Amino acid sequence: MSDDVTLPAQQGSASASAPSEVLLKVAGLTKHFPVYGGFPIKRKVGAVQAVDDVDLTVGAGESVGLVGESGCGKSTTGRLITRLMEPTGGRIEYAGRDITHASRRQLAPVRSEIQMIFQDPYSSLNPRQTVGTIIKSPMEVNGINPKGGRDTKVRELLELVGLNPEHFNRFPHEFSGGQRQRIGVARALALNPKLIVADEPVSALDVSIQAQVVNLLQKVQQELGIAFLFIAHDLAVVRHFSQRVAVMYLGKVVEVGDRVSIYSRPRHPYTHALLSAVPEVSTIDEPEDRERIRLAGDVPSPILPPSGCRFRTRCWKAQDKCASEVPPLVRIDGNHEGHLTACHFPEQPTTAARDEDIVLDPALTALEDTGKD
Amino acid sequence: MSTSTRTEGAAAPTGPDSFFSVRDLRVRFSTEDGVVKAVDGLSFDVERGRTLGIVGESGSGKSVTNLTVLGLHNPKTTTVDGEIVLDGKELVTATEKELEKLRGNKVAMIFQDPLTALSPYYTVGRQIAEPYMKHTGASKKEARARAIEMLTKVGIPQPKVRVDDYPHQFSGGMRQRAMIAMALVCDPDLLIADEPTTALDVTVQAQILDLLKDLQQEFGSAIVFITHDLGVISDMADDLLVMYAGRAVERGSAAEVLRSPRHPYTWGLLSSMPRLGGSLDQPLSPIPGSPPSMLNPPSGCPFHPRCAFTDEVGGDRCATERPPLGEGRAAACHLTAEQKQTLFIDKIQPRLR
Repeated sequence: MSDDVTLPAQQGSASASAPSEVLLKVAGLTKHFPVYGGFPIKRKVGAVQAVDDVDLTVGAGESVGLVGESGCGKSTTGRLITRLMEPTGGRIEYAGRDITHASRRQLAPVRSEIQMIFQDPYSSLNPRQTVGTIIKSPMEVNGINPKGGRDTKVRELLELVGLNPEHFNRFPHEFSGGQRQRIGVARALALNPKLIVADEPVSALDVSIQAQVVNLLQKVQQELGIAFLFIAHDLAVVRHFSQRVAVMYLGKVVEVGDRVSIYSRPRHPYTHALLSAVPEVSTIDEPEDRERIRLAGDVPSPILPPSGCRFRTRCWKAQDKCASEVPPLVRIDGNHEGHLTACHFPEQPTTAARDEDIVLDPALTALEDTGKD
Repeated sequence: MSTSTRTEGAAAPTGPDSFFSVRDLRVRFSTEDGVVKAVDGLSFDVERGRTLGIVGESGSGKSVTNLTVLGLHNPKTTTVDGEIVLDGKELVTATEKELEKLRGNKVAMIFQDPLTALSPYYTVGRQIAEPYMKHTGASKKEARARAIEMLTKVGIPQPKVRVDDYPHQFSGGMRQRAMIAMALVCDPDLLIADEPTTALDVTVQAQILDLLKDLQQEFGSAIVFITHDLGVISDMADDLLVMYAGRAVERGSAAEVLRSPRHPYTWGLLSSMPRLGGSLDQPLSPIPGSPPSMLNPPSGCPFHPRCAFTDEVGGDRCATERPPLGEGRAAACHLTAEQKQTLFIDKIQPRLR
């Protein structure tokens, strides 16, 4: 990436991440799923520590990306924030109100302001309802009567998301995957939400369709000023969509910051590994100047996560301190404002190629060593 | 460059230089709704030690092509025309017995989802040993030793213990490694990898891709690598075939196709994909519409209903006349070479910054 590309972007993101009114504040959010075992009386034998002590803020109208590999707790975080799940601990504040353990009744006014878009457009739409009914039902449930009636509103929404308003009476199976995802977006917009939690909204779609939906979401975010918590595993899509990005690993946020900091000046070894693993299309005749890091094995089980820093079992910099002390998520020397990293031994803030590749995978090391001889 | 040097559709016998070649392949399924033309006149060649990447969206026929190579289609509902020649042997007309000798031996396949491709009933070791015993006549003991050797090679920790594990005891990345071990156990000459990393996390994907590349250097097999991910293709492939609606629309070396693409569909794919190094101010330019139904593919060029450049061609040629895919580096499009060049430089390249 050349400097003339990054500089204007940096200014742009700086203005976008300027401290606006905080819409959502999450502190110490924890979710443990109990694991039962034993015979004949089943008892709790452990817990899946899906989300552990996560801090996150989303400003009004801001888009925050949440990235990580499967099982890192990013979807659970999204579901806890929308209160589809009950948190084990921590605090969720929405617009200054504590909604951590709010009852159904207390939640009612907030529910309409926080909406969700799901990953799979095939299972998230009721096949027995028409598109009109699907988009209308949030308004019915919440007793909202927009000007001109609900049906008019549904038609407006269909038009907004790029579908033909005449398709009001069709059923979901008559639409393609991309169109179904648009229906999901229209449903989320039906209540004029202030925050949308989008859980992998484009990962089930083909590349050409994916871009259509990303552009639609971007239009919605910018024109209607809706804040987004954008959960995805595709780092390039998150970079494109979100002004701020949080990287999760095994239930914890390991690094958070504006997108230029995360993607160009990462400090946490895991962020480095993640970025270097993304396959990039080389569209220009330039030798690639990216570091190569190949981790060994898979993510450990969240039932018995490693002590201290959870990444230490796959980290090339791990020392005794990493096993005994949990690294705090703080701003470390050399980081920009708002760029926090949870690491005892942070990396250099660059993604350029290193003198020597980091290859931890034993099979790769073996094959590459014999190749050199 | 080792891609086809012959005209598409030519029924001429292939020369000895081409290790694996597909000529004018047509695959049709009869379904309740009508006949699905899943693959419609596809030709390509792969040489030993080279990797051909096939990229396309879902439903473009890329998987069907390779299932047909191994004869894994349902013969009752499928008609296959054309030629598939592997090392001088014709596969379309081959009998089930002949194919059985090839599968897992000379040609092996890696599937997308290792959990469904591995049997939950047998241990991983036994599943790796089975093709080895069948094709080499090795004893159980030899085959087990070979399975352990292969597990070591693909980087499974404690292979002597894990050889007796069942697939559910393996993690996703390890299962895919086990499947690679199974595919490579008989040193196949041709390896077909159908979206082998799509179900994996990005850090594990990087490990598996590097592993495949390193193993190819050691075994020298030809690889046909099918994926929808242009990044993965850019990383893996020597040559590239872009498929749309059952046809090849562009072909060339991977570097040529990705750096100076010539088909509007390839342009669309590249400019609809966000990249890590891309500009943040550049909005994505998606391809309008959605892929066509193969029950009733569009007339002429199958891409014309979604193409932004049909006016440049003029008349209704795009809708009536199917553009041929030329020899070697080529794109199946009615635009002239100069038009493609100027359109790419003026309109497309700025989007890829």
